[in-house]
Amino acid sequence: MSTRAPAVPARPAWVMARLRRLVPTGRGLAIAAPYAWLVLFFLVPFVVVLKISLSQMVIAQPPYTSLFVWEDGLLPAVRPYFGNYGWLFQDPLYWIAYLSSVKIALLSTLGCLLIGYPMAYAIARARPTARALLLLLVVLPFWTSFLLRVYAWIGILKNKGLLNAALLATGIIDQPLNILHSNAAVYIGIVYSYLPFMILPLYATLEKLNPELLEAATDLGARPWKAFVTVTLPLSLPGILAGSLLVFIPAVGEFVIPALLGGPETLMIGHVLWDEFFSNRDWPVAATVAIVLIVVLVAPIVLFQRQQLRASEAMT
Amino acid sequence: MRRRRSPWLVTWLAFGFAFLYGPIVLLIVYSFNESDLVTVWTGFSTKWYARLLEDEQILSAAYTSLRVAVTTACIAVVLGTLAGMALARYGRFKGRTLFTALITGPLVMPDIVIGLSMLLLFVSAGHAIGIPEGRGMDTIVIAHTTFCLSYVAVVVQSRLSSMDRSVEEAAQDLGAPPGKVFFTVTLPIIAPALIAGWLLSFTLSLDDLVIASFVSGPGASTLPIVVFSKLRLGVSPMINALATIIVAIVTVAVVITGIVMTRQERRRDAEVQRALRGGG
Repeated sequence: MSTRAPAVPARPAWVMARLRRLVPTGRGLAIAAPYAWLVLFFLVPFVVVLKISLSQMVIAQPPYTSLFVWEDGLLPAVRPYFGNYGWLFQDPLYWIAYLSSVKIALLSTLGCLLIGYPMAYAIARARPTARALLLLLVVLPFWTSFLLRVYAWIGILKNKGLLNAALLATGIIDQPLNILHSNAAVYIGIVYSYLPFMILPLYATLEKLNPELLEAATDLGARPWKAFVTVTLPLSLPGILAGSLLVFIPAVGEFVIPALLGGPETLMIGHVLWDEFFSNRDWPVAATVAIVLIVVLVAPIVLFQRQQLRASEAMT
Repeated sequence: MRRRRSPWLVTWLAFGFAFLYGPIVLLIVYSFNESDLVTVWTGFSTKWYARLLEDEQILSAAYTSLRVAVTTACIAVVLGTLAGMALARYGRFKGRTLFTALITGPLVMPDIVIGLSMLLLFVSAGHAIGIPEGRGMDTIVIAHTTFCLSYVAVVVQSRLSSMDRSVEEAAQDLGAPPGKVFFTVTLPIIAPALIAGWLLSFTLSLDDLVIASFVSGPGASTLPIVVFSKLRLGVSPMINALATIIVAIVTVAVVITGIVMTRQERRRDAEVQRALRGGG
C-alpha cells in the first residue's frame, strides 16, 4: 500500500452498499417472515411425508423405522423401503379408490359448473345494486360451518327424511328412495358444498366481460345462443378453469362428505387415508397414500398455480 | 347496455339459492322441534338449546375452538398481510415463483394431506429436537395459520392491486419515511381486507375438522372434532341447535361488518373527492 494514502480512507460506495444489504430492510423482512413460515410448515412437511412413506411400520414411538442408519462411516446409510409403494400397486382397493375419487370429483365439478354458470351469469347481468346482495348470498353459506351443512343433508336424504316424505306425500314415488349412504348422496354433498367456489371465479370473469362485444355480435345478426357460444363462453374460459380446479382438487381428497353421506359402495381415497391412519395406525402406508394422491393431483395443481400466477401478474 | 333479463335465468338463480339455503333453513327449523327424531315435527320447543348449554363436552370444545380461532386469525393476518404486500408490491423478487406456489398451494391442497403432513412434521421434529413436546392447541394454531395466511394474502393482494398508488406516492413526496407511509396511508386503506381476512381465518379455523383431528392432542378437542364424533353415533336435534347458533352469529357478524365497511368506504371516497377538488 502506498504511504501517501490518507490515514482514514473514505469508505468506497460499494462497501456501504454491501453493508446496507446485510442490514435487514423492511421489505426483506416482509418477504422473509411469511416465506420462512410457509417453507417450514408447508414445504418441509411434504419432505417428511415422503421420508416416512419410505419406512416400515413398527410398534414403537414414533411408529415407523428410521430411513437413515448410522453404521461405521461418518455419513448415515440410507435404507429406503419401497414395500409400501409395492403394496399400493398390488392391492386393487387403492387403485379403485383413486379412480373412483377422480371420477366422483370430475362429475361433481361438472355438476357445479352446470348449476353455477347460469347463476354467475345471472348475477353478473343483474343491476349493480342487486349484484352486491346476490354475491353476499353466494358467499354467506361458505361462512357457516361446512360440517353442519353436510350434516343437514342427512336429515333430508335419509329413508324417513324430508325428501322422501315430500315425494311420497305428492305421490311421485310410492317407495322411499335410498339416497343416503350411497354415491348419489356424495355427489349432492360435494356439489352443494363447493358451489360457491365455482360461482365466485365465474362471476369475476363474467363481470369484466365487455357487453359491447355481445352487442356487436347481436348487431351482426348472431342469435343470442350463438353469440353466447362464440363470444361469452370462450371469454369466460379462465373463470371456468379456475372454478373447476378450485372444486376438483379438494374434492378428490374429500373426507367429511363421503364419511357422513357415503355408504359401503363409496370408496374415496381421503377416507382410505383416514382409516389407514386412525384405524390401522399404519403411518407409512398413510404417508404413501398421501404421496400418490399428491402425484395424482400434481398436474391440476400446477395448472391452478400457473393460472393464479398469471392472474397475480396481471394485477400488479 | 340493453338488459334483457331472461325469465329462465332468474328462475335458475332462484333455484340455485333454494339449493344453497334450503338445507340451512331446514336445519334451523328442526332445531325447534320437540321430537327426538330430527325429521318428524311434533311441536315447538327450545329444549335442545337448554340441553346444548348443559353439555360440558361441547362447551369446553367450543371454548378451545374459539381460543384457537382467535389466535390463528391474529397470526394469519400479520403474516398474510406481509405476504400480500410482497406479492402485490415487490415485483419480481428472488424466489417469487416458489413463493406464489407456496401461497396458492394451501388453497387447493386437500386438507387430509395437509393434516397428515403437519402431524408427521410435528412428530418427527418432536422426536429429533424435542420441539414440539406434545400436541395440543399450539400445534392446531400452527397448522391453521399455515392455510389461513394464504387466504389473507390473496384478499390483501387483490385489495392492494385495486388501490390507487398515487396516495402513497404523495405521502412519500411529502417526505414521509416508508414505515410511516405504511402505517398512516396504506394500512387504513387496506383495513377492510385485513378485517375480511381476519374473519375468514377465524371461520376457517373454527370450521376445520380434518386438519385439527390429525394435529390435536389429548385434551385439545375442538368443536368440529366433538361434533363429528357425536354425528358418528347418530343425529341429534342438539346439533341442529348448535348449527342455528353458529348461523345466527355468523350472519350477524358478516352483515354488521359489511354495513360498517361500506359506510367507511363511502366516507373515505367522499373525503378523497373533496380533497381532490379542494387541492385541485
